[in-house]
Amino acid sequence: MSELLVDIQDLSVGYTTKYGKLVHVLRNVDLQIGRGETLGLVGESGCGKSTLGQAMMGFLRSGSKILGGRVTYQGHDMFAMPAKELESIRGRSIALIPQNAGQSLTPTLRVGKQIVEALELNAQIKGAEADARAVELLGQVRLPSPEEMATRYPHELSGGQQQRVAVAMALAGNPDMLVLDEPTTGLDVTTQAHILELLRDIVKEMGTAMMYISHDLGVIARVSDRVSVMYAGEKVEDATASQIFKSPSHPYTRGLLESIPRLTLSGIPKSMPGQPPLPATLPGCHFEPRCEFATDICGTTPPKLEAISSAADNNGIMSSHFARCHHWDKLAKADFSEELKDAYQDVRKKDTAKPAITITDVAISYYRPGFLDNLMNTPHPPDTVSNINLTVNRGETVALVGESGSGKSTIVRAVSGLLPAKDGAISFENFDLTTDVDDRPMELRKRIQMIFQNPDASLNPRHSVTEILDQPLKLYFPNMSAAERDKRKEELLDRVRLGHRYLTRYPGQMSGGEKQRVAIARAFAADPEVVLCDEVTSALDVSVQAAVLDLLADLQKEHGTTYIFITHDLAVVRAFADRVAVLYQGRLCEVGTVDEIYAPPFHPYAETLLGAALEPDPDMEPKLLAGDTPESSPPETGCPFQRRCPVRVGEICDTTMPDWVSPKGAIDHNIRCHIPVEELLAMQTEPIAAD
Amino acid sequence: MIRLIGRRIFFALLTLLLVSLIVFISVEALPGDMATAYLGRDATPESLAVLREEFGLNAPAYQRYFSWLGGIVQGDFGDSLVRDKPVSEIIGNRLRNTMVLAITASLVGIPLAIFLGVFTALTRDRWPDIVVSTISIFGMTLPEFVTGTILVYVFAIRLKWFQGVATMPSDAPIDAEFFNIIALPVATLTLVMVAHILRLVRTSMIDVMISDYVQMARLKGVPARQIVFRHALPNAMLPTINIVALTIAWLLGGVIIIEQVFNFPGIGNLMINGISDRDLALVQAIAIILAAFYVGINLLADLMSLVLNPRLRTARGH
Repeated sequence: MSELLVDIQDLSVGYTTKYGKLVHVLRNVDLQIGRGETLGLVGESGCGKSTLGQAMMGFLRSGSKILGGRVTYQGHDMFAMPAKELESIRGRSIALIPQNAGQSLTPTLRVGKQIVEALELNAQIKGAEADARAVELLGQVRLPSPEEMATRYPHELSGGQQQRVAVAMALAGNPDMLVLDEPTTGLDVTTQAHILELLRDIVKEMGTAMMYISHDLGVIARVSDRVSVMYAGEKVEDATASQIFKSPSHPYTRGLLESIPRLTLSGIPKSMPGQPPLPATLPGCHFEPRCEFATDICGTTPPKLEAISSAADNNGIMSSHFARCHHWDKLAKADFSEELKDAYQDVRKKDTAKPAITITDVAISYYRPGFLDNLMNTPHPPDTVSNINLTVNRGETVALVGESGSGKSTIVRAVSGLLPAKDGAISFENFDLTTDVDDRPMELRKRIQMIFQNPDASLNPRHSVTEILDQPLKLYFPNMSAAERDKRKEELLDRVRLGHRYLTRYPGQMSGGEKQRVAIARAFAADPEVVLCDEVTSALDVSVQAAVLDLLADLQKEHGTTYIFITHDLAVVRAFADRVAVLYQGRLCEVGTVDEIYAPPFHPYAETLLGAALEPDPDMEPKLLAGDTPESSPPETGCPFQRRCPVRVGEICDTTMPDWVSPKGAIDHNIRCHIPVEELLAMQTEPIAAD
Repeated sequence: MIRLIGRRIFFALLTLLLVSLIVFISVEALPGDMATAYLGRDATPESLAVLREEFGLNAPAYQRYFSWLGGIVQGDFGDSLVRDKPVSEIIGNRLRNTMVLAITASLVGIPLAIFLGVFTALTRDRWPDIVVSTISIFGMTLPEFVTGTILVYVFAIRLKWFQGVATMPSDAPIDAEFFNIIALPVATLTLVMVAHILRLVRTSMIDVMISDYVQMARLKGVPARQIVFRHALPNAMLPTINIVALTIAWLLGGVIIIEQVFNFPGIGNLMINGISDRDLALVQAIAIILAAFYVGINLLADLMSLVLNPRLRTARGH
């Protein structure tokens, strides 16, 4: 390793609760980062990775305290330093790029001014020189028209632009070290890919070291030289990126890698049972309760972090592979990539071809002309969603994919009756679904249910699980007796794999995954035929996501349920969907079976999306085809993708909406592009995802 | 932006128009009219008829409303029959006195409240916060006439620093003597006002100080003082502006009671006298003036929020 920049030794952090109980957040963590090196810090929520990142900057959340160990930065102890000196290191030598740039920029100050502030503090330049440098930095992070950007307020920027501003601000002091706390979480895949490439370029150019914190293994694989895996406040594995991803030697790392859906493998990944314990609460290994390799010793003796091998990295520098496991030797030998394939269980179904929901020529608009607009005959903006034709067959899963603002949720809201369709027809058997949900007969409401993204928002925090499940039962089955209802509630909990003891719990007493299971149980209480799933796994940790997908697949198998599944995660679609509809700006671009969508020919937008998606494989490079300029409204005429398309034909793209074309030999594959499918196929020789 | 301001002003004027209508109608709805109120027990049908003819009371209500409204717009509130003078003349100096009282209380109270709010937020749960917050709870819970009485007992009767009762004519010049007289009324109003605003600023400031952007500023190496004044305070003030406006508007109501306690020659005192001797023209005029203040201050608060909050100010972007 080159010159040591950060040296964290035996660090333990904790806080005391109201009742005087000491709770650990970090326990005996050792961590070193060399000059110019990128360390990826990965783990699920609650593992202490953010706390570790903050501690590196000499910062602890209020209430937390150091229980032992030290954090030194270039030889300075970050927690034994006068405040003045600490202020001068922060921003100047070590800078933070936060998770949510939108909330981390002061809302009442122009972004240019906030960068100038950082420059004045950390680069000792002032006035016009600082203004000019701020604009230069905004250009360096590839923001269009940087002079104009500098005069904007944070709320006037898109999420990706805000994140770029945060990067520019961090670079102001020309730091040696960047701490990045989930900086791309919540951004669209294309935006994420662009920001990651930007960061990689900057780091290479300026020789900056990075500590990159993320729960997303694809992102970690793309940026990291070395990876540390955190579990329950401890570091459980530490090795080069390729060692971690190719020969993981801690059961937790393996479990994580096996539980992520992949673009290259169809089927649902294996899920890890249980959930992490609080740090420092078990006598032995903290992963033991969830570990398939555990033996007697694991429950009694805490394993040490041991060096299990040494290898040279690309620059010929030696680094060791560490794992905290009694049985690493059994794991290190197994060929992981072969085993990995067995972890994925195919859930795709045979084509039933009996339509459940038919969407014909649907257009939806949020525009409501006011009194004055009607009077003055103001022209209407283009419809948010337009010309949607889609058939969802019984018992299948149709995924709607696209970036934020692509109209996925709008379509589902129309199907659910929460939003009126402006034009077209939506039908379910003999029922007309363009009616408002309040006007639908009870029977129809019962048969179509919805599950929302965030169970915290969709479950009433003041209702116990019993009350939550009672409501649909009382509503849809008015003749059911109280005893029958109790039996049914227990059945439902069994089916979502929660014990009966959960009946008395409140949402606040459950983890995210448990809450989402309750939300699923509530939807299935109605015995629905169609379930609308709006980003149901996005708020969950990867290991929990796998379990929830598995549960939904099982329920589908049992009941023949039809799913309309919204997600922005292309790997989840690959794992779970039978058919896929790709949307851009409220218009369909490509529709097909999941295998057809993930192999050429692609619509240029689908290719852009797939190219930007990241796999947990350090050797895979994303392909950045189109820019990530946000668009706030669809174009008036022509192809919706015209303004960003990397392979535009010409004026015809702006004026004429392309016709649907089906590639030769397709089962159910349609693309809407002016480029003939044969040419698309010739351009896209490399399959992005191969089985 | 200009459209937004225009909208707010339009609605403020509309509110005032509605208030004037309500005031007029409620006086109309009272049994009797100005003539019966003026003549009282001496009224004979003949004298009433003469008086009504003289003051144009026989005209239809809407005509009288518009001529009354037209007068107000030009600063003419009509004549007080009871006091036999133009209303504007009676109100003149009294209004000035009340304004001085209210403005002084605001000028002392609001900055003090914001300062103490920030101070308690920054020393949260430590002894300076606990002391100030506890005192502020007393300020909030005690009615202003009790606070006023306590202050009079301590500072006027015991310590003899200030005058306990205003013994001045309504047209007294505004000089050192005047401020000595209003010291205790101002202190009473300030105490109550500070308590309300302080607690609000404190909560708002605590929320802002744990926000991501303040944490970010800290990790950027921004010195503590700059964090408070540049990053935190403008954001903490946003939710409090409208409450500050409501507190000032409340001040006008509080003034009526305080003026009574201290026998201060302001419009609050005048209004109570007007009500007791059925001087309808005077009561109408004061009601309209108080409403205009209320609406005006709220308008000012809306405009202040526009200035401080870029989200409201700018329409471009996403």
